[in-house]
Amino acid sequence: MRIEHALEIASQTHPGRVRAHNEDSLSCEPSCGLVVLADGMGGYNAGEVASGITVSVLTTEIKHSLQSVRPEDKDEDGEDVAVSLLRENVQKANASIFHAAQSQPQYAGMGTTVVAGLFYDNRVAVAHVGDSRVYRLRGDDFEAVTRDHSLLQEQIDSGMISKEDARLSRNKNLVTRAVGIDANVTTEVHVHEVEVGDIYLLCSDGLNDMVEDDKIGGTLHALRSNISLAADQLVKMANDNGGRDNVSVILVKVKGDFAAPRGVMAKLLSWFGK
Amino acid sequence: MAAKLILSMDGAVLKEYVLNKERMTIGRKAHNDVVIDNLAVSGEHAAIVTILNDSFLEDLDSTNGVMVNGAQVKKHFLQNNDVVEIGKYKLKYLNDQPSQSSAADFERTMVLRAPPAAAAVAKRPEAAPVAQTQANAAQTQANVAQANVSQANVSQARPAHVAQMEATGKFSELSDTTAQQPVSGGSFAQAAVQILTGPNAGKELELVKNLTTLGKPGLQVAVLTRRPNGYFITHVEGATFPVLNGAQLNEHPHQLKDHDIIELAGIKMEFFFKS
Repeated sequence: MRIEHALEIASQTHPGRVRAHNEDSLSCEPSCGLVVLADGMGGYNAGEVASGITVSVLTTEIKHSLQSVRPEDKDEDGEDVAVSLLRENVQKANASIFHAAQSQPQYAGMGTTVVAGLFYDNRVAVAHVGDSRVYRLRGDDFEAVTRDHSLLQEQIDSGMISKEDARLSRNKNLVTRAVGIDANVTTEVHVHEVEVGDIYLLCSDGLNDMVEDDKIGGTLHALRSNISLAADQLVKMANDNGGRDNVSVILVKVKGDFAAPRGVMAKLLSWFGK
Repeated sequence: MAAKLILSMDGAVLKEYVLNKERMTIGRKAHNDVVIDNLAVSGEHAAIVTILNDSFLEDLDSTNGVMVNGAQVKKHFLQNNDVVEIGKYKLKYLNDQPSQSSAADFERTMVLRAPPAAAAVAKRPEAAPVAQTQANAAQTQANVAQANVSQANVSQARPAHVAQMEATGKFSELSDTTAQQPVSGGSFAQAAVQILTGPNAGKELELVKNLTTLGKPGLQVAVLTRRPNGYFITHVEGATFPVLNGAQLNEHPHQLKDHDIIELAGIKMEFFFKS
């Protein structure tokens, strides 16, 4: 099945009930199985600029590259091309934000989180920097696929603080990595096997800070047959709970198999659009 | 404002300590930050580790132990107004930084990163003071955290946002995990749906969750959502849309009124408020 038929994608973004600006940006490219979401930070409109640059660099560059390379092939380091595409283009976005921030005083210090998923060959490569997340609903199991780059997550990892106590922490708003604040960025990328029926949720912290994980999972589970309604409902829940931050969600539902065509004939056929 | 400890015995305040070090020790011996010269107190009795706005109490294998709010602890994440008891002595922990579950604390995200670049960021005038103070705090806690944040420096702050809406109280419910209580909007008018036709006629379904799905999966499903401003019905799946009081709904949410009649997957039911 071609990727755009195998995936159903829905998204929503909302400034929330407190903030005037929406500093989140997102983009969905069903034709190449790519979804990107970024949560910008910085004064004036710098947050929007940083998240906007990141989403547009990732989307246009990866879309363009996929016309000449195949995401399932291996690059010279033995990694899937999808992985290096994500990593290289987050770096590209990083450089362009960093340079803009250096040359324009009003953009000084701007940065953004990013989370991106590239679906190919029954897999998804997930890249992230900062505290925007990817969750997966598989059957009845709802779990986070990414781990935040935040002080709080590091404290949880080192056993300083329990997961339950983390909700009480006063250090929730500190991320340890962001795109655009330094000359280089380290992007975390992992490849996950995908199963038919999976639903992937990409979100900014405006969702998971306002709505508990089990409620997010419960909503997705109840509304899994209508993901655009689910996206809408998640944003409403964040706003009903106070909507203190911009809230953005992208939902990707896997409707069918999308294994890459194998062998010369299959590849030939796929060019003619089977 | 850094957190404080107030040392008292039998209700009389003895001394006040500001938690301005990454690690403060409490004990009988003179080298401790908080010295309690009493034989019931061990040489090094307990320690308090502070990371930015959070403080953690740890019993250093003391002979007589440490109590917090009346319960023995080995390790404890201190919350505002906690009372730590060591022998006859009480240490009250005060932290007027709003906690995550209150209103004013939803500060904008900041980035922690390594020192060299911090200078560049300090150029930004309105962010500089915040960044500086936070940076010091981060620096002092670095070796304690033992996480990868050693030498962490807060380099860039989004301007702190002044929350204008919602009382603190609403957010205290955020930590509620029963999954049934609405978080904002206070108490809901309780409502239910009574089945009128079909094999389950007469049955009543109380709407205790924020989301209740109705219907037959694969055939026709609708969801009833409970929100601060009322109850809504929305079509989820199926070729036909639910019928409300004889009129077919569209794909948008529709608010329910008392005694509305819903028709779904061939079953009639009535929505009503319980008073």
